[in-house]
Amino acid sequence: MRGASQAKWVVAAVAVALAATACGSGSSSSEGGAANAAGTFSYQSTEPQNPLQPANAMEVGGGRIIKTLFKGLVDYDPSNGQLRNQVADKIETTDAQNYTVTLKSGWTFHDGTPVTAASFVDAWNWAANTKNNQINSDWFSDIAGYDAIHPEKGDPTTDKMSGLKVVDDTHFTIALTGPVSYFQYKLGYTAFSPLPKAFFTDPAAYGQKPVGNGPYKFVSWEHNQAVTVASFDKYAGVDKPKNGGIVFKNYAQADAAYKDLVSDNLDVLDQVDPSNLASYKNDLGDRAVDQAQGAIQNISFAMYQDGWKGVDKAKVRQGLSMAIDRDTITKTVLNGSRQAADSWVAPGVNGYKAGTCGEYCKYDPAKAKQLVTEGGGVPGNKITITYNADGGHKEWVDAVCNSIRQATGVECVGDAKPDFKTARDVIKKKQVQSMMRTGWVQDYPLNANFLRDVYGTGAAANDAGYSSAAFDKYAGEADKATSVEKTAELYQKAEAELAKDMPAIPLWYYKTTAGYSKNVQSVKYDSFGDPVFTQVEVKQK
Amino acid sequence: MGRFVARRLLQMIPVFLGTTALIFFMVRVLPGDPVAAMWGDKAPDPAQLAAFKHKLGLDLPWYQQYFDYMGNLFTGNFGETMAGRQVIDVISEALPVTIRLALMAFAIEIVFGVGIGLLAGLKRGRFADKSTLVFTLILISIPVPVLGYLFQTLFADQLKWVTPTVQDSMNLGQLLLPAVVLGSLSLAYVARLSRTSIVENIRADYIRTATAKGLPRRKIIGTHLLRNSMIPVVTFLGTDLGALMGGAIVTEGIFNVKGVGNALFRAINQKEGATVVGFVVVLVIVYLVASLIVDLLYAVLDPRIRYA
Repeated sequence: MRGASQAKWVVAAVAVALAATACGSGSSSSEGGAANAAGTFSYQSTEPQNPLQPANAMEVGGGRIIKTLFKGLVDYDPSNGQLRNQVADKIETTDAQNYTVTLKSGWTFHDGTPVTAASFVDAWNWAANTKNNQINSDWFSDIAGYDAIHPEKGDPTTDKMSGLKVVDDTHFTIALTGPVSYFQYKLGYTAFSPLPKAFFTDPAAYGQKPVGNGPYKFVSWEHNQAVTVASFDKYAGVDKPKNGGIVFKNYAQADAAYKDLVSDNLDVLDQVDPSNLASYKNDLGDRAVDQAQGAIQNISFAMYQDGWKGVDKAKVRQGLSMAIDRDTITKTVLNGSRQAADSWVAPGVNGYKAGTCGEYCKYDPAKAKQLVTEGGGVPGNKITITYNADGGHKEWVDAVCNSIRQATGVECVGDAKPDFKTARDVIKKKQVQSMMRTGWVQDYPLNANFLRDVYGTGAAANDAGYSSAAFDKYAGEADKATSVEKTAELYQKAEAELAKDMPAIPLWYYKTTAGYSKNVQSVKYDSFGDPVFTQVEVKQK
Repeated sequence: MGRFVARRLLQMIPVFLGTTALIFFMVRVLPGDPVAAMWGDKAPDPAQLAAFKHKLGLDLPWYQQYFDYMGNLFTGNFGETMAGRQVIDVISEALPVTIRLALMAFAIEIVFGVGIGLLAGLKRGRFADKSTLVFTLILISIPVPVLGYLFQTLFADQLKWVTPTVQDSMNLGQLLLPAVVLGSLSLAYVARLSRTSIVENIRADYIRTATAKGLPRRKIIGTHLLRNSMIPVVTFLGTDLGALMGGAIVTEGIFNVKGVGNALFRAINQKEGATVVGFVVVLVIVYLVASLIVDLLYAVLDPRIRYA
């Protein structure tokens, strides 16, 4: 797959000739090996759950394939997480509510048709429509007219949102129902990708054979085996692929993928499985990757239970947070694959502020016990932590419980539910007795995503049932701000409220613990934990 | 004989209906909502959740879903997965892989199992017999995952004879190692069963008669001894073929083989009722046909066994 064997000798001969005339290529790469711009590499993946439609990919298996096939108005620079324009030339607003989008010209879909304002507006209208069953449809809920196309009950009354208007081929306007200062950040999500006209005639067939506008074009999808994409030579974006294509190979078990990586039968890995974490740096050497990811692990309180209500209980919650020895647990139980948290927002995310949690995220058994006592103790002097047993959480939940028990004398046990679905069922029905495992993986690298969507009153992911007037006030102001900087700053104020109320205890940030084979180089990962696919260089053989 | 086959085929109908209803019900009562789980950590959008359930028919009572499902099944429609693919496509991708794997394991089982058993039975009490007993005991006591990882480490990581996982699930050469792992447990049983059976029969009157008649040894063993000793082995092998088809989950996982075990595991995990039942339907048919063949083989092996 990576370079036909017949071509090998030709390439070798060319390489010798180039070396002899002292004009070797590939000097830009850090490892210094010559790169084959047409070489393809393989990547660990899983079968996409849904057809490959941009608004229909929430899980990683389909999501990362969509990311290589489509490019929206903006994306996030993988080196620093900042927003950068792709199809958009400008996105302008004066009130954070009404936006005017100007597109660059020269972008085309893989079938040669141009990317126009209508490609976006039609795609968004289609994706938001309840009838089309797109799993990411609520991403469009900020746009005016969403209620009509996506009513809470019953059929939509229209198929167009009133907030979207095409001005001409390169201009369109977006009106939101209220100010959302970081709307541009949301636009980087794949659900906002444009779709070609051909899509709308048969979306289901299209989902098996997508035509996008991204750096890679679709080649084939052998179900349960692999998805293959090839670089698109007319790609107009700033991140042109440095390789010829990607084969997304399916693995049912992460352990099998790791074995293949070590033996160079797989080129780039998603995440090293827990059983190999202790040895992967030894096995891979320089090719081992260990870097921060925009995701956090928390344990949240069931704030809807009577025992956790009341002003003093905040002290108990803070005390419990101080009773957890994060440093030791991340080093030992988690094999260094996590980084102890000191705030509710992951590092590397725009608006991350170190130490928002303050002393409450530092291990101090004496102070912990004192705070728990002052706050009137834990209801029934017993905590249960609800978690799903199928996600490898048991070890750390037990360790956290041990730490709490030793520091405060509060009885603590893990409450394992057999799988993720069951745990989510209990959590969504608000039947958790005291605490639950909650996690957050960024949708876009801005602190608002970690705060507004998790701790805002009534927010979709507010599993704790937390409600704070002060938090909502700052969040509301932040949403009305007209610059992203101001938004991030106001959200930091909102985050400070979390330290006072402690509805969730931040435990640690996720890290990308991955690696790559001897066949590739320049493999970097973005804060989503995905490799920067376009930058991967395939070594010449 | 014809009436026997007809009766057996008729018996398949209630077995078939019973197993599918049971599986359908069991998948249904598994905890958790498969549609809501598509949203992961996020709260599902209520309108979209309802639309999804309606499209998949999950808003109907389970018995009605079952009747709809069975009605479609008789017209050859296995239904759709939640992602909108035809279940029959999913099955027809996975089944050929597992049939290959199971048949290879099956062949290994028969050739080596019967061979070792015959050798041990004829040399009863001698070194060949004792070493067979020890060897099969070891095989029986090693769990399949241990053997799988052991072979993976030995043949792929150390000796580098093969790649650690199967790169092309349809390639017979690459499937050899998983097939050996899959067949090893049954191989041990087959060896022990045939050994015992041969040891028993070798002292039977007809063997003594045959020997007294002065028949050549090859004929005694081939026609008389082996043929009569195979009845318990064939019974085991018949049911084992079904077990191999369905029980490959562990082996397929270790070697990343894209077969039935793999697909079934994922379907159960995602609570994909239609896919699980679809696979079970196929497996039940394989099982029933295999046990039918076993019963018919009895008559071939021993003409004294007659069917009305």
